[in-house]
Amino acid sequence: MAENGHVLEVRHLSKAFGKHVVLRDIDFQVDTGDVTCIIGASGSGKSTLLRCINMLETPTTGEILYHEKDITDHGVNVPAYRSRVGMVFQSFNLFNNMTVLENCMVGQTKVLKKGRDEAKKNAMRYLEKVGMAPYINAKPRQISGGQKQRVAIARALAMEPEVLLFDEPTSALDPQMVGEVLAVMRTLAREGITMIIVTHEMAFARDVSSHVVFMADGVIEEEGSPEEIFGSPKKAKTQEFLSRFIQG
Amino acid sequence: MPTDFLGRVMAVFERYGMSMLQGAGVSLQIALVGTLIGCIIGFAVGIVQTIPTQQKDNPVKKGGLWLVKLILNAYVEFFRGTPMMAQAMFIYYGLFPLMGFNPSMRQSAYFILSINTGAYMAETVRGGILSIDSGQTEGAKAIGMTHVQLMLYVILPQALRNIMPQIGNNLIINIKDSCVLSVIGVAELLYKTKAAAGALYMNFETYTITMIVYFVMTFTCSRILRWMENRMDGSDNYDLATTDTLAHTSGMYKYPDEKKEGK
Ligand SMILES: Nc1ncnc2c1ncn2[C@@H]1O[C@H](COP(=O)(O)OP(=O)(O)OP(=O)(O)O)[C@@H](O)[C@H]1O
Ligand SMILES: [Mg+2]
Repeated sequence: MAENGHVLEVRHLSKAFGKHVVLRDIDFQVDTGDVTCIIGASGSGKSTLLRCINMLETPTTGEILYHEKDITDHGVNVPAYRSRVGMVFQSFNLFNNMTVLENCMVGQTKVLKKGRDEAKKNAMRYLEKVGMAPYINAKPRQISGGQKQRVAIARALAMEPEVLLFDEPTSALDPQMVGEVLAVMRTLAREGITMIIVTHEMAFARDVSSHVVFMADGVIEEEGSPEEIFGSPKKAKTQEFLSRFIQG
Repeated sequence: MPTDFLGRVMAVFERYGMSMLQGAGVSLQIALVGTLIGCIIGFAVGIVQTIPTQQKDNPVKKGGLWLVKLILNAYVEFFRGTPMMAQAMFIYYGLFPLMGFNPSMRQSAYFILSINTGAYMAETVRGGILSIDSGQTEGAKAIGMTHVQLMLYVILPQALRNIMPQIGNNLIINIKDSCVLSVIGVAELLYKTKAAAGALYMNFETYTITMIVYFVMTFTCSRILRWMENRMDGSDNYDLATTDTLAHTSGMYKYPDEKKEGK
């Protein structure tokens, strides 16, 4: 892999659902260890962008380069790519037919073809990291939302991906559960895991991110360091969006 | 002949009970085989019908899949849309001889019931697969599973659980409807009943026995299936794994309070 290449690079990405254009000419890069937070109003296309990066949506035009290889190309092994770029969803999406432990093992045994013992050891390591080790025998329906999301993070981590995508991981949670999930994510950020996080938690975004992207109406309106975006936003739309948050 | 009703029933049972129970065995066997193979057919068809196509797939693959789905659709519609009794006559007396097949009556019965159940189950399985929340699929894709893997480990187990009541329904219908196959001479319970009732001119008594035997068979099957459903659900509780049993004890978080709750 090239020394100066980005881990992920999005080039001129556009996405339309029928005639409805949701993303227009998106460009941005992610390097190893970056924590990129994507913020913006509801409907601005944040989720769609993240889903395009993971190929859950097929971009209409543009390129997504992973180590300089365009993964939107024909014949690219998309599942293999996804095993390197994990995703955590707003609605957790834990497998309902499996226990907490099995949720964290199945990807390792079936996709990465690891042995059960190794997969279990690995799964336990990450479940401990998110504080869910005592719940290994529980089914998803038996644990709380915050706990589910921590398991979902452990499941993604157990694949030992290079990049982790988060789509509003705390939006479906009660306020008291938001903290436990954000705490886990802060630890990951400190450990230097490369992450792209779509969030409405501005204080969190300001603390953990190395780079902030502000989206409005399907375009990247402004991007920069957290100090730049939260401290002295240049664009009017950014200022307006952030002022709403500060006023609550 | 005894003069009271119960006595006459017993008398019929003494003479024809064995033969009727043999017929019941045949009914049950046909129903079980038909339901099992029907489920396999149903799963195969339902799975194929839910294979997603993407725009970027090559046209040969898309065209082939379209054709296969069309044929499977025709199969489902045809066998759901015609009476099994007519199908039995058509296949056993018409199609099989025409094609040079010479299967036994029992084999024909298995075939007809399987293919019928398959047509119904195909729709049930398709519905079962579509009813699973798309989040499950996306969660599986996000850890790199292929379509085959996510179907096998995530979607189908949940779909199977959800359609268990329908499978039970089909089994019960098959136990009863296997009697239709008496038209091609399969010696199942109703066939034996007719023989007994005709020989003794005692319809009421004979059919009393038949009704009881059918009900015992269907009720037993429905209980067994309910028990299987409960087993698939697993226990309502789970044990918290205490840190002692774990290989690593240095968790980032400790939840002593939750651990004490023990449930
Ligand atoms: N599958 C789809 N089909 C059609 N339109 C869609 C689809 N998914 C999203 N959209 C549209 O795309 C736009 C952007 O949606 P998106 O979910 O990306 O916004 P978002 O920034 O994530 O919003 P939120 O903060 O509410 O999650 C919306 O107008 C939405 O209606
Ligand atoms: Mg969203």
